[in-house]
Amino acid sequence: MKILVPVKRVVDYNVKIRIKADQSGVELTNVKMSMNPFDEIAIEEAVRLKEKNIATEVIVVTIGPAIAQDVLRTAMAIGADRGILVTTPLATDLGGLEPLAVAKLLQKLVAKEQPDLVIMGKQSIDDDSNQTGQMLAALLDWPQAAFASKVEKVGDALHVTREIDGGLETVEVATPAIVTTDLRLNTPRYASLPNIMKAKQKPLETIDSATLGVDTTPRLKMTALTDPPKRSGGIKVASVDELIAKLKTEAKVI
Amino acid sequence: MSILIIAEHSDSTARPSTLNAITAATKLGSDISVLVIGKDVSAVADSLSKCAGVAKVVVADKAEFEHQLPENTASFIASFAKSFTHIIAPATAFGKNLLPRVAALLDSQMISDVIEIISADTFKRPVYAGNAIATFQSSDALKLLTIRTTAFDPASTTGGSAAIENADVSSVTAFGKSKFVSAELTKSARPELTAAKVVVSGGRAVGSKENFAIIEKLADKLGAAVGASRAAVDAGYAPNDYQVGQTGKIVAPSLYIAVGISGAIQHLAGMKDSKVIVAINKDPDAPIFQVADYGLVADLFEVLPQLTEKL
Repeated sequence: MKILVPVKRVVDYNVKIRIKADQSGVELTNVKMSMNPFDEIAIEEAVRLKEKNIATEVIVVTIGPAIAQDVLRTAMAIGADRGILVTTPLATDLGGLEPLAVAKLLQKLVAKEQPDLVIMGKQSIDDDSNQTGQMLAALLDWPQAAFASKVEKVGDALHVTREIDGGLETVEVATPAIVTTDLRLNTPRYASLPNIMKAKQKPLETIDSATLGVDTTPRLKMTALTDPPKRSGGIKVASVDELIAKLKTEAKVI
Repeated sequence: MSILIIAEHSDSTARPSTLNAITAATKLGSDISVLVIGKDVSAVADSLSKCAGVAKVVVADKAEFEHQLPENTASFIASFAKSFTHIIAPATAFGKNLLPRVAALLDSQMISDVIEIISADTFKRPVYAGNAIATFQSSDALKLLTIRTTAFDPASTTGGSAAIENADVSSVTAFGKSKFVSAELTKSARPELTAAKVVVSGGRAVGSKENFAIIEKLADKLGAAVGASRAAVDAGYAPNDYQVGQTGKIVAPSLYIAVGISGAIQHLAGMKDSKVIVAINKDPDAPIFQVADYGLVADLFEVLPQLTEKL
């Protein structure tokens, strides 16, 4: 089984973002960038399937500027076999390359690489859309198992446990299929130094997105980007009795 | 403007999220249809036809739609929806799973998690874990939105008298490459987390799965739902679907009581729209106090039993 794992380079999850003064986007200059956490889980799952001899090859792909190849090297240090960088001049966080365009670009790569499984993060932590996996499944006419917390091979199919509101649901999907990862699917490993060194030698192909025949013109125009409404802190109470009194007489919520 | 809402339901009843979607639709216009897709769903259609604001309920009832697998429902919705200007679903696990698949089939760049409808083509949504609010203007003829349920009040379940029609489902066939295996739903007599008026959440400081009973006791006294921080869920103190936060549930109850929760950005993104926030934490410098209306610096194991008793 060949697995394709799309990953995205995003602002590191520990960074407190700053909005540009002209509201055109988030300040990315000199900001720490990392692999989207959900995508790290996707790579880890693919590598585990390879270690169980279920997968034969793990291919990692990212779409972004040339520097986005650093997340491909990270993925290869975790255990992906080779990488594909699809370059684009568009912003990948907001107001640029949109989920539908990403899904169309990935569709072209799937046609080229013919994977049996695509595992990807359920959402990126920059634009938080949670769309690309489901869109790719639609474009390919493949089954989808979104928000996975467990993936098992049963016969020729996969049993995927999904996190839904109110509990868990298990679906069976025939391959080829799309799986999107939720937080608790696995805990990604730290890449070891020897593996980081080895990853530098693994093959990395670069493709210009313009050569893939996909119209990536944005459909949405971001007209403003602002801080969320601020919530000011309230008061400290000294005791349980004071708290109950405040909730009853001041806030009137109990 | 003609708006189609995809109802979220459990075969027998509409979920409260559908009522939030109806209110969102009323911000766009009055030509509002609700599509109820599933197997044996007539009771859902009946109840939604009585909701204020709904002009028409369309029922797509077929065995192939059982369990509402998106592979089976999305292509039907895409073919049915072409005459509408907007398709709306709640931004719940159901809507997030389904609507992007529909959007791709219709070649439309959908907008996720809308919190405000500015006009027929302009919408606000949170990005970067709620640390920024983006305004997007769509150029697609058919616009697809998932709406954040806490940003729109539920529509009234009375006062409406919408016509109920059956959609033509004769040409629907099963996708065949996916099937439902099982569901494990958390059984609880407590209100649903995202719809509850009061939520009591526990964090890492609760310390164990057994200790979580202290949170549940307070919740039961208040008739509240129980939530948890990601740290508490990851540590195994509470089940996954209790998680409140950017990657879990988004809640906005009248009263949110955060117990032993430090207040990571991730958690705040899921509850900071609550009307009144109470924080109980031993650490006076915990970030949760910066958003709390009432803070109590105390050991939760001392004050929670007192609070439960005195309420």
